[in-house]
Amino acid sequence: MPKLESAAALEDHRAKVLAARDPAKPCIAVCAGAACGGLDSAAVAAAFSAEINKQAAASKVDFRVTGCHGFCNKGPNVIAGPGDICYFEVKPEDAAEIVACTLKGEVVERLVYKDPISGEKAAHMSEVPFYKHQMRILIGDIPRMDPMCIDDYLAVGGYAALAKALFKMTPDQVLEEVKKANLRGRGGGGFPAGLKWETTRNAPEKTKYVIVNGHEGESAAFMDRAMLTGNPHKVLEGLIIGAYAIGAQQGFIYTRHDSPQMARHIQAALAQAEDCGLLGKNILGSGFDFTVEMHFDVGIFVSGESSALMRSIEGHPPEPRPKYIRTSVSGIWDKPSNLNNVETWANVPEIIGRGADWFTSIGSEKSKGTKLVSLSGHVVNSGVIEVPMGTPLRTIVFDIGGGVPDGKAPKAIHFGGAMGGCIPISLVDAPLDFDGMSKLGAPIGAGGLLVMDEDTDMIEVARYLLDFLVKESCGKCVPCREGMVQMLKILTNIKEGRGRKFDLERLADLTEVTSLGSLCALGKTSSDPLKSMLRYFKDEYEARIAAGSAAGGLAQ
Amino acid sequence: MTDTVLRIDGKEVAVPAGTTVLQAARQAGISIPTLCHHEKLEDYGGCRLCTVEVESRGRTNHVASCLYPVEKGLVVRTRTEKVDKIRRVIVEELMAHAPDAPELVRLAQEYGADRNRFEKEASFCVLCGLCVRYCAEVKQRHAVGFIENGPVREISFIPEIAASECWDCQECFAICPTSYAQAAYFLTEALAFPGRRKASATSA
Amino acid sequence: MSERIIEGNDGIEGNDAIDGIIEKYRGKPGALIHALTEIQHENRWLPREVLQKVADALQVPFSQAMQIASFYKTFSLTPKGRHEVHVCTGMTCHLSGAAKLQEKVQELTGLKPGETDAESRFTYEAGSCLGSCSIGPELIVDGKHHGRMTPEKVEDVLKRYE
Repeated sequence: MPKLESAAALEDHRAKVLAARDPAKPCIAVCAGAACGGLDSAAVAAAFSAEINKQAAASKVDFRVTGCHGFCNKGPNVIAGPGDICYFEVKPEDAAEIVACTLKGEVVERLVYKDPISGEKAAHMSEVPFYKHQMRILIGDIPRMDPMCIDDYLAVGGYAALAKALFKMTPDQVLEEVKKANLRGRGGGGFPAGLKWETTRNAPEKTKYVIVNGHEGESAAFMDRAMLTGNPHKVLEGLIIGAYAIGAQQGFIYTRHDSPQMARHIQAALAQAEDCGLLGKNILGSGFDFTVEMHFDVGIFVSGESSALMRSIEGHPPEPRPKYIRTSVSGIWDKPSNLNNVETWANVPEIIGRGADWFTSIGSEKSKGTKLVSLSGHVVNSGVIEVPMGTPLRTIVFDIGGGVPDGKAPKAIHFGGAMGGCIPISLVDAPLDFDGMSKLGAPIGAGGLLVMDEDTDMIEVARYLLDFLVKESCGKCVPCREGMVQMLKILTNIKEGRGRKFDLERLADLTEVTSLGSLCALGKTSSDPLKSMLRYFKDEYEARIAAGSAAGGLAQ
Repeated sequence: MTDTVLRIDGKEVAVPAGTTVLQAARQAGISIPTLCHHEKLEDYGGCRLCTVEVESRGRTNHVASCLYPVEKGLVVRTRTEKVDKIRRVIVEELMAHAPDAPELVRLAQEYGADRNRFEKEASFCVLCGLCVRYCAEVKQRHAVGFIENGPVREISFIPEIAASECWDCQECFAICPTSYAQAAYFLTEALAFPGRRKASATSA
Repeated sequence: MSERIIEGNDGIEGNDAIDGIIEKYRGKPGALIHALTEIQHENRWLPREVLQKVADALQVPFSQAMQIASFYKTFSLTPKGRHEVHVCTGMTCHLSGAAKLQEKVQELTGLKPGETDAESRFTYEAGSCLGSCSIGPELIVDGKHHGRMTPEKVEDVLKRYE
């Protein structure tokens, strides 16, 4: 792989790569994402490899092990082309038939999608209900790419946006485009990324940093890992463009210590980009220097909070700092540091490549673009999906998700893990967006959507979430540390039938004081799930307390 | 360098830039309760008792006044219904640990806190960090530190350092609001180096 | 003049790999977490003597090394077993019955989260969301995911690990 020293060299290389590829050639992609991996997709991949050799078909079919295809609970997933034929729950024994049929351009009927109620089959991705309601701009390429192969990313147009930014736009123009697109942070804050970039850019210090927050500690969110494992180059490209716009010389990718596969893919992407001249000194001969370092978390949720994360990169315990010391002005080692979520960065090449006008044509009035959602819980179809902002939740839960299994009725939809909230199913026509969902008390957070069925105990859910957060609190400030402990005690008592009449009043005080008085976002939002429970499911709480007292469960 | 002018409880106050709202209030003779604050130590913002309401550029927020820097035109209210509630509940939460701590008893009376509102906790340390920070910043001995996170956080004396440093110092005992630091030291001594003090006293 | 009041009993003298890691970061207080992470990875736990050596070499107070080592749950201050057993306790897994899985693991191993058994066979941790929500509840042993677990299947899985 030669070092590319100009935009023209990049396009020449891309042309060569494309010339050597035939879009009509049969191809097979086996998903090695987290869930498929857990269902032993490695054995499936090995079987395909062996089968292709056995049928002497190595030159007749392009075989790849890719990142997450998205339909996680129907794995191991295999997609055969041309035509994106989706095979589900594939076993190693199926490899022979799939290889043979793919070479002939035929479909293995018994392995395609079958609607659980109507029995109707759908072979092509564009017909499978789970996929057909999505808009897969960020994750659509993942099944076409070996994440360890930079040429695969170049073949789908990778790094063209970077070249455009470096050679056809000034840093100011790049910044203006991102502002015009109204790209809002996808990690949970929903803060306009362009404004954050501008603050960092305008800070007086010359040394600046950009950071990818790949921590993804939010419970039930798994799309950032899918993105970083399946297409790390897209995130990296966004980061380099951002660094150019902001004037940063050094970047950090902060991610989890417990995903070795993801770490390998990111490290390979960094190394390959550097070898090609897309990272490091004098990128593509533009004169722009930028390097990236990887950092791992040390196993605590609070280190996903941006100021805590920066302290962690410095080597200190991840104690958050109050928000009025803005990290875009004084972050890592007190230098201006711009932190954004994985998905936010992944949108940047699209915005620069296709333009802000294209981006704003998707989505709702104040929430533009698409959103990755991790759909899970009591739902028939679960996995990583991508839909335009503004999509009604009904579409996600029923059309994509297939509704609730086992004939049960849905009860509630939960967003945002331990710092989010839930809405009752009666509000399922609400659109997916930042502000509307926030007003309903269930801010979308990072996009982890959990469907809860009629048997779900809403007191237990609130208790469980507080139990999780209590262990993750850093312990510095009183309202968070003590407030959560007392809330947890009261909820446990209520759950176990020892609730007392004044418990709801104590909970109300605790939720209010913890929200107002805590130092950081963890403490401030820790009582949000409980608040949403009390807003929509108060009768369940009151009934449990009344039942407890009636049964003589009164303590003291 | 001109002073920054702000309003605290309706009173106009002028202080140098970089002053905290707490310092500005004290200068103006307005009292704001604190627990983890100490003039010799870096501002910590852990107890949150000094929370006040601030209004700036049309937005209202609740912040820890010991950390919040003054701004031109800032409007500060040190007593409001919400602020008082925050302080009351914080005192109630801390009294679940140390109901008899003199400072907490005094604050409970001022803010109408009920010492029995919350279920009692086992440890009477309120984790204000005064002992840890004093030993690190003023004495620079680091004889006592924090361990663990969240509600199981504790202070811990390092036996090897405590054995040689603490008996002749004891300065953190006096600043501890609940006497826990003293108790923790003596427990460490009893378990880790019993008889040492007696031995060196008799050999003196 | 700091006398050793507490005797170290960890037999960690002369561990070249650990000494190598410490030397790499000597004089760099900002590298405390990196150093401890590498030693944890190499040695599977952080003996107190090693913490003292790291603190001295990196010029940080011992109390800071102790705070970091006890704050972060990926560090272990006691020796770990040969096999690490995790039950995912993320929200989706919880709704799919992870609590029953935890009870079963506790019943079979006698361990509560964070503990190691007397024969050093298993260390049991209740892990946070590991991202395989669609195939929960999950049991992860030595990094290998076992999805769609039920309490009945737990014994079979654990039996495979000596």
